[in-house]
Amino acid sequence: MAEVWTLSECSFHGLKDVSYELLARGRALADELGVLLGTVVLGHRIQGEDLQSLIEHGCDVVYVADDQSLANFTCESYANVLVPLIQEKGPQVMIAAATTTGRTLMPYVAVKVHAGLTADCTELAIEKETKNLLQTRPAIGGNIMATIKSPDHRPQMSTIRPRSTKKPLPDAKRTGTVVRIASSPTWKNEQVQVLGLRSLEGQSASIEEADIVVSGGKGLKKRDNFSLIEDLAKAFDGEVGASRDAVDRGWAAYPHQVGLSGKTISPRLYVAVGISGAIQHLAGIKTAKCIVAINHDEHANILNLADFALVGDLFAILPEIQKRLQERSRV
Amino acid sequence: MHIIVPIKQVPQTSDVQMDRQTGTMIRSSSASILNPLDLYAISAALELKDRYQARVSVITMGPANAVKVLKEAIAMGCDDAVHLTDRAFGGSDTWATSYILSLAVKKLGIPDLILAGERATDGDTAQVGPALASWLDLPAVTYVSKIETVDGDTLIAERLIEEGYQRVKTSLPALLTVVKEISSVRLPTLSGKKRAMASSIAVWDAQAIQADSRYIGLKGSPTKVVKIDVPKVSRNCILTKVEDDVSLKKGVDQLMAFLEEKDLLPKGGAHHG
Ligand SMILES: Cc1cc2nc3c(=O)[nH]c(=O)nc-3n(C[C@H](O)[C@H](O)[C@H](O)COP(=O)(O)OP(=O)(O)OC[C@H]3O[C@@H](n4cnc5c(N)ncnc54)[C@H](O)[C@@H]3O)c2cc1C
Ligand SMILES: Cc1cc2nc3c(=O)[nH]c(=O)nc-3n(C[C@H](O)[C@H](O)[C@H](O)COP(=O)(O)OP(=O)(O)OC[C@H]3O[C@@H](n4cnc5c(N)ncnc54)[C@H](O)[C@@H]3O)c2cc1C
Repeated sequence: MAEVWTLSECSFHGLKDVSYELLARGRALADELGVLLGTVVLGHRIQGEDLQSLIEHGCDVVYVADDQSLANFTCESYANVLVPLIQEKGPQVMIAAATTTGRTLMPYVAVKVHAGLTADCTELAIEKETKNLLQTRPAIGGNIMATIKSPDHRPQMSTIRPRSTKKPLPDAKRTGTVVRIASSPTWKNEQVQVLGLRSLEGQSASIEEADIVVSGGKGLKKRDNFSLIEDLAKAFDGEVGASRDAVDRGWAAYPHQVGLSGKTISPRLYVAVGISGAIQHLAGIKTAKCIVAINHDEHANILNLADFALVGDLFAILPEIQKRLQERSRV
Repeated sequence: MHIIVPIKQVPQTSDVQMDRQTGTMIRSSSASILNPLDLYAISAALELKDRYQARVSVITMGPANAVKVLKEAIAMGCDDAVHLTDRAFGGSDTWATSYILSLAVKKLGIPDLILAGERATDGDTAQVGPALASWLDLPAVTYVSKIETVDGDTLIAERLIEEGYQRVKTSLPALLTVVKEISSVRLPTLSGKKRAMASSIAVWDAQAIQADSRYIGLKGSPTKVVKIDVPKVSRNCILTKVEDDVSLKKGVDQLMAFLEEKDLLPKGGAHHG
């Protein structure tokens, strides 16, 4: 019976968290369909313990392509492995993360294998009668949720927003198989070469992958004050976000921008400080689990989306919250 | 150098309002605009035009009034435009849309560079760029924040990815999708507007690009939208006013209790030193 597959992603430090989140999604679908759950890992010098860990987190078959040509993600070389693999094994479902890698590779592969691809899903389910995959995703700035099917094409492909599921608990007793794919000269891609990586200054700024994001807007008034946001983010063990106005003023770098022309995120907690909640900003946070707003205008639009609001002067409120968090961490 | 920029007409997000009763979208009639993120692709192309004397063509697939966004692009400084329009294109998903665009690119002649927007603000999939590259078998370099140099048939660029800015070299022709950081948006000029008025825009239908009818429109689209829901605004905002020291203490107490209950507070233990 055709398998359900996920695409695992590696970083320099091994598997990314989102790889495990995908296994949680994939496991539920595979159980419902009564089929095996496979995952594909592409990279170079992949650790054996990482492969074992995938099995412990719910995977039955791990397909590994380990080759120098796959050390860095390039769309062409990864597609050169994935396209023939899909064609050979014929999975019925293929899910990947809605990361810069997943959102590049999946559409490229979907064209080649003539499959439908649903972007940035927050929910996946199996339709009882047809066994088709029902894929639900926000669109039009998060104003609507669309449910999408690809009834006549296989695999049914989707990308899943990071942080939209919990990582499953490991079970050391689980067993599974590791299938190593023999390297092929066709994998090498001459066209694109990765030359290097410039890390982002300060915090890692991977706000898409953060559990907690503390964002500041124009209400911070000037650059120096933005350190209040950085300190609070640190105290929350989270990352720094910013409105476009804050980014345009140079208070935060562009990778921190949340919203329509920045990033769309789904953290467990979003704290919006001195941000009015323009529709373009809200487009980036519609799927945040919990939103706290700090704003002195009780009619600010952000309050319409917030779960908790402190209406008052942020310059009084932030130090007080900071103080409480510090007291806690000293306990 | 020849650059093609695919652009999309979208409803203006700030005008999209939901009818709470029926759960449908209310669009005001004047609400169609050029996808805001495509402005950065156009501007980046125009910067290359200044640097390397490129010719910049724009193409869009969309209904009759989508010609408006092509004229806007010409007014900004683009050289020529193609409008892909046909009833049969209606309902195309990203697979079918990218197929149609790829045929138009082939008919124009494969350029040195295709610059697409990162994503469109309505469908919001960010899939059309990489999918178009796939149809044309071109390298897909996504999330480009900077084009450093174009030298003969190689281009060096920076991509904004989760881990930071990645520097890559690609051979040309290639397709790039770009993020806001790549350029500042150019405004239409007066002479550009005049040229836009005078310019004749090529209009191509399915036959003109010899599209396979099995691959276009709703029928040719592997994905089908089966249901649209308006998410319930179920957020019940707990609102606390902070006016003086007393209400400040109380408000922050409440916030901490709220976060504690939701398990959103960092665990104690001073791991921040
Ligand atoms: C095509 C397009 C794309 C866009 N993309 C984005 C995007 O990706 N992200 C984005 O954020 N915006 C985006 N915008 C811009 C957006 O429309 C708003 O202009 C922007 O979000 C406003 O930023 P802000 O909330 O920081 O500033 P403002 O709207 O000025 O809000 C400042 C807020 O701070 C509050 N405040 C001021 N002083 C204090 C104080 N002492 N204490 C407490 N509160 C205080 C005020 O009450 C106000 O609500 C986009 C716009 C367009 C047209
Ligand atoms: C609610 C809803 C949900 C949808 N979900 C999906 C889905 O999950 N999967 C799917 O395959 N389709 C989906 N579609 C269909 C999809 O929106 C259309 O195919 C659309 O024409 C292109 O996709 P996009 O808006 O996502 O563009 P994106 O892929 O986000 O656009 C990226 C770039 O591609 C270029 N581009 C995009 N469209 C055009 C065009 N018409 N002409 C010229 N250049 C263009 C622009 O440079 C643009 O910046 C959905 C449609 C709706 C209404």
